[in-house]
Amino acid sequence: MTTVLESLNQGLRSCLEESQEVYLLGEDILDPYGGAFKVTRGLSTSFPERVITTPISEAGFIGISTGMAVRGLRPVVEIMFGDFLTLAADQLVNYAAKLRWMSVDEVRVPLVVRTPMGGRRGYGPTHSQSLEKHFLGIPGLRVLALHHCLSPAETIRSAVLRDNDPVLFIEHKLSYGLDVWDEGSAGEFHIEQSAGLYPEVRITLAEAPQPLVTIAAYGYAVHLALEAVRELGYGHEVFAEVVAPTQLSPARTDGLAGHVRRTRRLVTVEEASGEFGWGTELIASLSLAGLDGFRVNRVAAMDMPIPASGPLEKAVLPQVEDIVSAVLDVC
Amino acid sequence: MSQLVQDFQSMLRIRRFEETVLESFSRGLFFGTTHTYLGQEAIAVGVLYHCSQEDIVVSNHRCHGHFLAYGGPMRSLAAELMGRSTGVCGGRGGSQHLTWNHFYSSGILGGTVPLGTGMAFAQRERGAGIVFVFLGDGALGEGVVYESLNMASLWRLPVLFVVENNKYAQTTPIEKNLAGGLRERFAAFSLPVEAVEGAELDAIRDASKYLINGIRSGSGPAALICSTYRFGPHSKGDDLRDPQEIARHRANDPLIRIRKDLPGETASRIQKVVDDEVRTAFEQAESDPMADPQSLTPPLEVLS
Repeated sequence: MTTVLESLNQGLRSCLEESQEVYLLGEDILDPYGGAFKVTRGLSTSFPERVITTPISEAGFIGISTGMAVRGLRPVVEIMFGDFLTLAADQLVNYAAKLRWMSVDEVRVPLVVRTPMGGRRGYGPTHSQSLEKHFLGIPGLRVLALHHCLSPAETIRSAVLRDNDPVLFIEHKLSYGLDVWDEGSAGEFHIEQSAGLYPEVRITLAEAPQPLVTIAAYGYAVHLALEAVRELGYGHEVFAEVVAPTQLSPARTDGLAGHVRRTRRLVTVEEASGEFGWGTELIASLSLAGLDGFRVNRVAAMDMPIPASGPLEKAVLPQVEDIVSAVLDVC
Repeated sequence: MSQLVQDFQSMLRIRRFEETVLESFSRGLFFGTTHTYLGQEAIAVGVLYHCSQEDIVVSNHRCHGHFLAYGGPMRSLAAELMGRSTGVCGGRGGSQHLTWNHFYSSGILGGTVPLGTGMAFAQRERGAGIVFVFLGDGALGEGVVYESLNMASLWRLPVLFVVENNKYAQTTPIEKNLAGGLRERFAAFSLPVEAVEGAELDAIRDASKYLINGIRSGSGPAALICSTYRFGPHSKGDDLRDPQEIARHRANDPLIRIRKDLPGETASRIQKVVDDEVRTAFEQAESDPMADPQSLTPPLEVLS
């Protein structure tokens, strides 16, 4: 089995091998440290010229990477903790995301900004957030979130080598340690994958009856949702499917709408606070797409900063049992 | 044409273009606002004299002078200000957001500095060309500037930072804005710095040549600090400066200085050529079609 961390590392390595234009930049990414979460371990030893350690200057090196991308390189930036993205918001929102469109496609910006988000490790209010929701809906910026049911190596390769637009690539810290699943290794689950460069996957309990509820989740929440599916199926005989997009923004809800048209029930799961969030947008999109009379529920963090202490953090962030009860509420 | 005549013409083209912009605003010809380059012409012309085909120019909100000195088409610039389909960016960018050939400008202070620094990284990797980054004294308030200077110096990137110190950040005088010395802000990162009088074309050309030679030979970034003054408002209706102060600086007009060295007849001839060029550019732009909403494209496509 390969973990998400190993898969990402292999994916980045293959990008550096295949294209001389790929550069990695970030804080503390050189060996022997290999990055705060070890995603880049070994890469600076193999590619010393193209793996570059930076000062603690997130705005500066995202801006610099944007300039590199405009001039034909393919920089991949690591932001050590996703919480630090706010430092570089101007560079992402006003430069990277706009340069192509403002120039009527004269300029392209093949930039990837990777960053770990999420809590559950006791890092407290400024190192545990899921801030990606603030970067959703920015015209010109694609936001992706990896999860363990789709090869992280392939996802990062698509973003780095095949996408010519700026990508914010979200990795949940707890996803790193999960085994990557495919159809052969998913145990009691059945995984279907949509077409496209950034596929959406649908996961169901194999051998189970038609699902009664659709759970939409991304990132590490996919793992939590699958735990909930297991418990709902075996403990409550309520069968649910998980629909997990890779591309969060721009949102593509056609696939999800098809599933919800069938189940008539949607539960969204995200680790960020819920107000003005990802789930809200999905529910609104499905309503506007003509789906009416479907029941919805939204699972998210409480609307407050994330505390450090274990029991407090657990209370604030959504847990498997929250998903289970949210599903039972709509059934 | 002699160099002197060329220089005069280049500076006058910028002067007449900007004057025409301000004169035409009341006619409702333009969308949004503008930031004119009146009084600073010698800097763009002197520095970009050294710009070769493979070089890159990164400019700011006050970009018309840089654009014209770089060789950008005047009619397309006028059309962009007027929101016409023939504008530099089809009317999407307006006065501050231009992309043309290897010229880039954008409207938020500071952020263009890492952008240009990153372009210099790419230039270094390709072994071709340098980058000119223009910034004003106001932009020195943005922290990302110093992050960029640090990395430009650490990585010995081929970039010339050209500071146009016009003494005002919008309406706030530099005394209320900037502590310490300008030069020291660059010297702190070990950049070679030259300071020049922004109305002296030859001094600007010589100082930038000296710095650019170093940059092209691989010694890393450098900074040129030009002391200048803008004759017009920050944008268009927001000038609160003492008229006597403006008059004092107008006496040091770079155009008057260069004109003195030319035979009166030559100067008049060039004046007419430039007047005609600017008038024609604005007339043509005004007769161009408005940008068509049908031309709007989504910023990202679905990738398969």
